[in-house]
Amino acid sequence: MGIKDRLIEDVGLREGVKRLTEDKIEQVVQTVLKGETGARLAAYSEICMRCGLCSEACHFYLSHDGDPSYSPVGKVQQTMAVLLKKKGRVSPDFIYGMAQIAYTECNLCRRCVHFCPVGIDTGYIMSTVRRICHKLGVTPQYIQDTAHSHSATFNQMWVKEDEWTDSLQWQEDEAREEFPGLRIPLDKEGADIYYSVIAPEPKFRTQLIYQAAAIMNAAGADWTMPSEPGWDNSDMCMFTGDFEMMGRLKRKHFESAQKLKVKRIVMGECGHAFRSVYDMGNRWVAWKMYPVPVIHSIEFFWELMKQGKIKLAKKYPGPVTVHDPCNVVRGRGHHEKLRELVRFLVDGPIIETASNREHNICCTAGGGVINCGPPFKNVRLDGSKAKAEELRATGVKTIVAPCHNCHGGLEDTVHRYKLDMHIKFLGDIIYECMEKPS
Amino acid sequence: MHEIYNLVTGPLAWLAWGIFIVGSIYRLAIMYILAKKKDAPSLAYMSWGFSLRSIINWLIPFNALGWRRNPLMTVATFAFHICLVVAPIFLLAHVALWDQFFGITYPVLDEKVTDIMTMIVVAACLIFAARRIFQKEVRYVSGFQDWLILVIAVLPFATGLLAYYQLGNYQVMIVLHILSGEIMLAAIPFTRLSHMLFSVFTRSYMGSEFGGVRRVKDW
Ligand code: SF4
Ligand code: SF4
Repeated sequence: MGIKDRLIEDVGLREGVKRLTEDKIEQVVQTVLKGETGARLAAYSEICMRCGLCSEACHFYLSHDGDPSYSPVGKVQQTMAVLLKKKGRVSPDFIYGMAQIAYTECNLCRRCVHFCPVGIDTGYIMSTVRRICHKLGVTPQYIQDTAHSHSATFNQMWVKEDEWTDSLQWQEDEAREEFPGLRIPLDKEGADIYYSVIAPEPKFRTQLIYQAAAIMNAAGADWTMPSEPGWDNSDMCMFTGDFEMMGRLKRKHFESAQKLKVKRIVMGECGHAFRSVYDMGNRWVAWKMYPVPVIHSIEFFWELMKQGKIKLAKKYPGPVTVHDPCNVVRGRGHHEKLRELVRFLVDGPIIETASNREHNICCTAGGGVINCGPPFKNVRLDGSKAKAEELRATGVKTIVAPCHNCHGGLEDTVHRYKLDMHIKFLGDIIYECMEKPS
Repeated sequence: MHEIYNLVTGPLAWLAWGIFIVGSIYRLAIMYILAKKKDAPSLAYMSWGFSLRSIINWLIPFNALGWRRNPLMTVATFAFHICLVVAPIFLLAHVALWDQFFGITYPVLDEKVTDIMTMIVVAACLIFAARRIFQKEVRYVSGFQDWLILVIAVLPFATGLLAYYQLGNYQVMIVLHILSGEIMLAAIPFTRLSHMLFSVFTRSYMGSEFGGVRRVKDW
């Protein structure tokens, strides 16, 4: 039982460990432990009672028939506990397994926090393990590629500057056929809203930009999108452990909004980007709170609804179930607003999954796990069995999931477990049901 | 035997209390300095309100999701901790000692009650031990430290019971009882028993993060 029995070949991890020696590992581990961690990690590792109460929390554990090596504390036991005990003097092979656990077997979803009486945050411990892996140069190839893209272009998908503005103009053009007079205003100084997205949107989910523009247009919003880098609010560097780059991304994003003197930033339906903004990235650059107000689409749409700015031509046929993305629900308490909005949009009840709201089970894609790519896809889907079972039990056909990562993950889960369900963004539903010019 | 009894109730008792008190203050102080130096991004979010909210909610049995999913552990953990703290403080024989040595007196619990409480502590330890042996997710992560603190915790209570019922040699039992109690006290700051000192802070921190930053409950 344990990571040794389930190692998966990944060129990023393999090439990374080839360059390591025990001396080098020891030195890097010590640098991180002495330089970056403090009382928090010390207390966590000392007072974890090894009671195993957190096991039941983790979908990886639940989906693997209670294999203890997948429990939160079981994963700490195989990673950080060993580093601390051996003071960082471990073998390159150990690092391989440790990286695989930290990057692909924990979504940093923090469900385990609801189970630990002494208040241990396993997500933080796993993030710290990832930080060490990053500094050792041992990261899965696919997610590292997105991190490289961030460093080179300030977006996650190698989108070039002209491609970005081209995509926006293309979507504007398309949308003007349906909504004459619609604009996607670029670089509008002093706008109420700065709308930021993640790079996969211009890359292969352009309909999301189209829909957002349609909704902004219908609501009569004073909004803008930036033409220069900073428009991508996503942050894979946060998940690889490249915190320096995470900090640069945050600065870029906020500076771009400040340059345009906007009143606030509205983020698309992304979970992890939101986490990066209010929880992790801001701290790295020593901002207690972000310098420009930021709200997530859930809250933004909810506001529009309250102000009567979403006019529906019809309601979406229910019943539906709601998937609560960790980073905006357990991460920001948006569950009730989400439900109010869904009740407004949908004709029919919300059938809840057994674990819902802040107690939700993660989609198993989050925390950068889906971004580790094809080598780890099957493992990820094995881990989502618990989620699939809860979804199946609802008996409905539609899952509302306001997060890109959850979307990607749930699509795979629905496919693997033959759930016969489809997954909708809030924007999909609003766009589909709103009043349109005939 | 008399000398040994005098030793354990005299110098060793002072030593144990000394290690416990000075050691605890020392550990807390060092941890605080470390937190000040290294954990500013965490300390910045500490809040009294959310800390208390979290502590109170976790102190209600079956309130937190974790407690609800582990009913046996909930009962065992609550019973264990309450009895472990209350029984020794309000035990007739202990209060008598406070009176004898320092002239301090305060109300005591009925001996039958403290007797049952002591048995509860021992029974809970047996449950904890059984989990470590038979439950695979617990066995997987159990190590020397975990067994050590379990033994340290159970000994004063087990020997206390044996002495009370005069099973075995009373003199020997009572000395062992006092000695194991002293070991437990002295071990608190330097073993995993230190969760007694630190968990209030880790709990508060989690409560502050979840309440203040994430705006959800952490239970
Ligand atoms: S953070 Fe989520 S995925 Fe990671 S150990 Fe905890 S419950 Fe499991
Ligand atoms: S519930 Fe908390 S104390 Fe118990 S094993 Fe898990 S992390 Fe450790």
